[in-house]
Amino acid sequence: MVSETDSGSENVIEISGLKYRRGEKLIFDRLNINILRGKVTAIMGPSGTGKTTLLRIMTGQVLPDRGRIIVDGRNIMRLTAEQLFELRKEMGFLFQSGALFTDNSVYENVAFPLREHTKLPESLIRQVVLIKLQAVGLRGAWNLMPTELSGGMSRRVALARAIALDPKIIFYDEPFTGLDPISMGVIVRLIRQLNDSLGLTSIIVSHDVEEVSSVSDHSYLISEGKVVAYGTPQELEENKSAWVRQFMKGLSDGPVPFHYPAPDLAKQLFAGEQE
Amino acid sequence: MISLLREMYYIILGFLEGFGACWLFLFRLLRYTPSALLRWRLVFQQIYSVGAMSLVLIIVAGLFVGMVLGLESYNLLARFAATSAVGSGIALSLYRELGPVITALLFAGRAGTALTSEIGLMRATEQLAGMEMMAVDPVRRIVVPRFIAGAISVPLLTVIFCTIGILGGYLLSVMHLGVDEGAFWSQMRVNVDLVEDVIESTVIKGIVFGGAISLLAVYEGFYAQPTAEGVSNATTRTVVNSALAVLVLDYILTSAFFHGA
Repeated sequence: MVSETDSGSENVIEISGLKYRRGEKLIFDRLNINILRGKVTAIMGPSGTGKTTLLRIMTGQVLPDRGRIIVDGRNIMRLTAEQLFELRKEMGFLFQSGALFTDNSVYENVAFPLREHTKLPESLIRQVVLIKLQAVGLRGAWNLMPTELSGGMSRRVALARAIALDPKIIFYDEPFTGLDPISMGVIVRLIRQLNDSLGLTSIIVSHDVEEVSSVSDHSYLISEGKVVAYGTPQELEENKSAWVRQFMKGLSDGPVPFHYPAPDLAKQLFAGEQE
Repeated sequence: MISLLREMYYIILGFLEGFGACWLFLFRLLRYTPSALLRWRLVFQQIYSVGAMSLVLIIVAGLFVGMVLGLESYNLLARFAATSAVGSGIALSLYRELGPVITALLFAGRAGTALTSEIGLMRATEQLAGMEMMAVDPVRRIVVPRFIAGAISVPLLTVIFCTIGILGGYLLSVMHLGVDEGAFWSQMRVNVDLVEDVIESTVIKGIVFGGAISLLAVYEGFYAQPTAEGVSNATTRTVVNSALAVLVLDYILTSAFFHGA
């Protein structure tokens, strides 16, 4: 069911044999994923499958129990804290919440990584910040505070901050959740535009099938700790698997049942309060 | 009985675990302290936030504590016709015990809670995770400057508290109750030792209390559960643990500085 990635293209991230357990629950069971350089790759799956955890593993925020995670030629599991921070300078991460610093203005938020990692003079920092804000269409909002921004604007500011240091790879954690259709369209356009114009590799974690399909080059579908399907949006659309069809078309019943596993209804209703 | 013992075992184990984790966190903070001091602007911002912003509270509290001390000392010493010793009584009470302890307790309530809730909310809103993803260590950037600021602010606030307290005592006993002004100041000068009473008691206690409160506050905030209830519980723990730590440390330091009669 799982097709191989293009053998001719270079993988910027290679995950093999990933095992991760949270408490008693096995989140990933020998998961294999390759992310192609320069492409927009989506990781989709139902809620609770560990998509965000997978992003956190790729960025070294969470250490798995077993597996090999190579990011841009470096084994994440063997990096020291300093080496990991060095690697992260080449990464951008867009949190679902935006994770903007609430006490700082839009300008200061975007300037933050530049101030922390470069010795650029203030005049140059100003230029870079304004260029990044222009890229996300929010140059005019430079002096606003995060509390004055809408959800979509917050995410765009966070995106400007994520690309402030010109990263090689950018991770999007549920970038479309909770946005109105216009903001969603803006984010979709930005993901594609930034990926192509800045030569990035983009990884999107989401369960918004329509938006993801419109922007991604390839998608992984994961469920119960394994890759269920891989391919271009077109290939996934035409996939014959009942599970893939249920997910892609958003059907309420199918291989993933409507009901959470439970004992017989009549038995439970008349069993008294103990069960 | 066995379940009670088991319960106690887990409580003691939990306490020791937290105590050990707190010490490890302290070592981590101390490791980053020299580099954080080089970024003095961040430390100054925090001294303003936790120290300068606590000034009004400290001044008002100091004034009233000093006046109460003046009243009580006068009432007691008048029985022995020794009201000339009111000044030294007020000064010694403030420098040795009341100044450091009350300042520390007020600081824990005013600034310690603010530190915990600020860092805890940053954790809950993924701001700390965002910082880590921008290759910035939140312990260095956020936690250490706040810890240093607390350790610097408390001794300064303590000295201010004692000064205002003495002024309050002076206003009440000299201006209101008619204690001789010359006796008030001269007795104080004779009986208060700069090293033993001011440096050892006030300043050193202030540094230790400030360090302990700031450590507990940033530790609780940094490891708070990222939920509304988690941050609220962490803030409560900061106040309770800080108050207990200040009182226990006060006994330990007083015993250490005690030179006998």
